[in-house]
Amino acid sequence: MRRFKSGLTTTITWILVLLFFFPIAWMFMTAFKSEADAASIPPKFFFTPTLDQFQIVFDRGMGSFLLNSFTSSIASTLIVLLLAIPAAYALSIRPVKKVQDSLFFFISTRFMPVAASILPIFFILKFMGLLDNITALTFLYAAMNLPIAVWMMRSFFNEVPMEIIEAAQIDGANFRTELVKVVLPIVVPGIAAVALICFIFSWNEYFMALLLTTDTARTTPPFLASFVDGRGQFLAVLSAASTIAVLPVIIAGWAAQKQLVRGLAMGAVK
Amino acid sequence: MTTIVQKPGAQAVPPVGQAEKKKVRLSRSLILPALIFALVLTQIPFLVTIYFSMLNWNQLYPNEVGFNWFANYVTVFTGPDFLSSLGATVLITGSSVVLSLLFGLGFAILLDRKFPGQAIARTLLITPFLIMPAAAALIWKWSMLDANVGMVNFALTTLGLPPVAWNTDLPAVTIIMLLTWQFTPFMMLILLAGLQSQSKDVLEAASVDGSGPIRTFQWITLPHMRQYIEIATLLGSIMLLQVFDPIAIMTKGTGGTKTLSYLLYERAFIGLDVGQAAAFGVVTVFITILVATIALRTLFKVFMNGGDR
Repeated sequence: MRRFKSGLTTTITWILVLLFFFPIAWMFMTAFKSEADAASIPPKFFFTPTLDQFQIVFDRGMGSFLLNSFTSSIASTLIVLLLAIPAAYALSIRPVKKVQDSLFFFISTRFMPVAASILPIFFILKFMGLLDNITALTFLYAAMNLPIAVWMMRSFFNEVPMEIIEAAQIDGANFRTELVKVVLPIVVPGIAAVALICFIFSWNEYFMALLLTTDTARTTPPFLASFVDGRGQFLAVLSAASTIAVLPVIIAGWAAQKQLVRGLAMGAVK
Repeated sequence: MTTIVQKPGAQAVPPVGQAEKKKVRLSRSLILPALIFALVLTQIPFLVTIYFSMLNWNQLYPNEVGFNWFANYVTVFTGPDFLSSLGATVLITGSSVVLSLLFGLGFAILLDRKFPGQAIARTLLITPFLIMPAAAALIWKWSMLDANVGMVNFALTTLGLPPVAWNTDLPAVTIIMLLTWQFTPFMMLILLAGLQSQSKDVLEAASVDGSGPIRTFQWITLPHMRQYIEIATLLGSIMLLQVFDPIAIMTKGTGGTKTLSYLLYERAFIGLDVGQAAAFGVVTVFITILVATIALRTLFKVFMNGGDR
């Protein structure tokens, strides 16, 4: 009886999980259909797969938008790491009262809606001729991710045993040796998780990309949003474009899922 | 001179004071770049937003730019848009938070036991939170909820129920459905971490003492989960308050979905009234700060209890 109950719970769990995942599975499937198959009623679960839709998507220039997404996401992540690692080190391993106060500031900027700053940013960039500029977008993404990165990183640095650092200091290690040779090797997995989360947030960002880019610097999300106008048959090609757009992040997220929860809760949950 | 007068202790024991000063200087120089970067790119623009909000500045009339002080705020608070938009924001944020919290708790409980494929199930469940919101909005609008070829209506008719014109008749419901779907994994991850941090000894002791699963859940699990539910709710609310993508893509603010962030976008970039949009922005920030202050207080309590040196 007990075994039966456990099997039943497992079955119910799996049915719910698969239902929940269905929209994504269906998107993957539809991407390989012809437009006629994609729009058929009742829906086709068995069909002859085709790569035509992917061909169409790249013919419509998705490549350059993907490239912009990669450039801005990777470059902004690097900037964030460069700024956040020293900051988190100072906050966690060499905490000083005055410096600790800036923690509150960092977390509060995360709660500031983009709405608060988008108008001046738009007009300043316009004035400087930097609208539709991938470098400008990269720096804004770095600013968007910096607070959460500092917070996450601090929670990883907090786990470095103080004895190791003290031992290094007694051995006469200066600050640089201490950081590079002693602390960093321990927190490498944490840094990787922070990098992946920053990458995901930049890659998915739509609001700023929509407003601050038009053509040469346009990233994937606004391209995707303007991809269909609701006329004619487009389900298969839309699914193909969406599949390409979500794939890098799904892979990154699946790889980092253990650390993901901690990053998302800003270090409050381990 | 003044520093010496203020810190007699530092002068009495110069080596310690020196070392201490050096330590402060190092810490400060490490954190300063990040601090300045964040200040310049997020805080200064906000101050400029406040300045903009006191201007009479419509891009259609570029020659009539001038100060009108608080006239934009008067328009914001007396106009019909603000209240209805605040209502839409509260409705959409509130229902999505509550629903995703409930689904998240359900999934967390189901996943907090050993079963075949547990890791895969968890991986599949977190995916909706990872995928690009723009892509999710498009797939839900056209592939799931479309009146003719959508899978939701196919499921309804298969079950013998009448089809629903989701996108035209129930725009607010479609947004809440999508957001619930996207944020359930977020809630689930935090709540699952909470469930897994429960002491197994306590649970075992309860079952030895004859407590059934429901009573154990009510008296042991729920109190333990309280802080996790709080974190999930507050972080979720703050993220959902700012939601823009699905509204811009699925409904364009029609049918009771014109939230504050969409209203600001519409005023500034479609209506071209910069001053008024800035005023909406400032008000939005203060509402967020209100929610965030409560959030921060709770978060700090949690942070300072554990994981701090």
